[in-house]
Amino acid sequence: MPEAATLPTRRDEAWRYADADYLSNAHPDVVNHWRVLDVPAGETRFEYTVHRSGPESDGMVDRVRVHVGKGGRFEAFKVITGGRYARVELEVTLEEGAHFEFGGVTIGGGEKTQEFVTTTLHAHPGATSNQTVRAVQWGQATGNFLGEIKVARHAQKTDAAQDFKGLLLESGASANAVPQLEIFADDVKCAHGATVGELDESARYYMAARGVPPELAQRLLVQAFIGDAFVELGDEATREKLLDAALEVLEGRV
Amino acid sequence: MMLRIDDLHAAVEGADGSQPILKGLSLEVAAGEVHAIMGPNGAGKSTLAHVLGGKPGYEVTAGTVEFRGQDLLDLDPHERAAAGLFLGFQYPVEIPGVSNVQFLREALNAQRKGRGEEPLSGGEFLKLAKEQAALLKMDMEMLKRQVNVGFSGGEKKRAEMVQMGILNPAFAVLDETDSGLDIDALRVVGEGINAIMRKPGKGVLLITHYQRLLDVVKPDRVSVLADGRIVQTGGPELALRLEEEGYDAVMADA
Repeated sequence: MPEAATLPTRRDEAWRYADADYLSNAHPDVVNHWRVLDVPAGETRFEYTVHRSGPESDGMVDRVRVHVGKGGRFEAFKVITGGRYARVELEVTLEEGAHFEFGGVTIGGGEKTQEFVTTTLHAHPGATSNQTVRAVQWGQATGNFLGEIKVARHAQKTDAAQDFKGLLLESGASANAVPQLEIFADDVKCAHGATVGELDESARYYMAARGVPPELAQRLLVQAFIGDAFVELGDEATREKLLDAALEVLEGRV
Repeated sequence: MMLRIDDLHAAVEGADGSQPILKGLSLEVAAGEVHAIMGPNGAGKSTLAHVLGGKPGYEVTAGTVEFRGQDLLDLDPHERAAAGLFLGFQYPVEIPGVSNVQFLREALNAQRKGRGEEPLSGGEFLKLAKEQAALLKMDMEMLKRQVNVGFSGGEKKRAEMVQMGILNPAFAVLDETDSGLDIDALRVVGEGINAIMRKPGKGVLLITHYQRLLDVVKPDRVSVLADGRIVQTGGPELALRLEEEGYDAVMADA
């Protein structure tokens, strides 16, 4: 099969946590397809997306290559609730003084593998980027964030931040963070952090002691946890919509 | 009898395995009564509070607890709250991302639902919250902030009492509510306890180290807890004797 050769495998660094079954059965045209978005200088473009999939679906891959012109701004706020394999990949190139804002949430159980993969190219001076990803998983599910930041040699005054937190509701679920920084300029700020934890037992007990039943306590705590990813989303109605879509998949499980 | 504890034995799971803390504790609190529990460090005062609250990791190995005619130990923590039990925490828990207003409205309405009552509307709840915050001289702005996040020790204790006022329980177990309070705050909190709980159908179990809170909230009965058991019960004069002579002297007479 000659076309199989063009499919990525888990030996590729950027696909190391991908679902192997999905990859081996996928069509290369689907997996290798990139959408292209051009943000003109000084302008702003948004993407707000909920990536769902039905129970029959074996997965989806959405890849977008974005070029942000001088002083422009690209904002992406995305929720992945689907599976069994769901991958959202963003490759963003920033011109001088441009900004990339990203908030992502993976949430799901079962056998799902859900991941965000970002490559941020600070190609010119004074560009900024801020990425906040939260993963909430249960069952045997996995949530991943592979975030690569590349700062070109002359891209001084770059300010790039990346923050990942995973919340595992059951043992058996997992979360992976792979930050990768390639910095060739010397006057830059790059901050990244990654933690994985469980629901705060003492908070759950405290809420119960005030009469909040376990399923509601969990919803409130998960809502607070994923809310971080949408702090920079200005439009309240959109923020509510994304939060609701994420919390919907929690219903009926405790 | 509102609360009847009979021959209670309980163990706490720790790093070194399960440790017996309560060793045959018996105690009764009648409606209309404020009953103070005093005792040296390590006697089991906080363990008693958490066993009554149903904290995970606190295992009852023998004995019974009857609360308003129900088997308390048979109820989940949130059901105990709905049954009218309030536990004031020695160390109130911080819940980042959840506001006091949201938390308490969810808690109150969950309790009301458990009792078959209609939920309060947003407006009704805010009116109630404002009244109760004013009673404890707490700024309403603080209730809009995240639960206990960034509160000083004294503010946390004051917030506990605002919560108690809003939830309006039949019975309160207050675990060292006086710790971390300066003299002025102590008076405010003590008067808050009186205003909320000094009613014919209500009862309080007031766990404390010191006489100073008892100067404001005058107890009807005082019990001394030592090594997991009640070793002496008397009137308010017992607390004064403890203050003057110390635990060792009083217990030597017991």
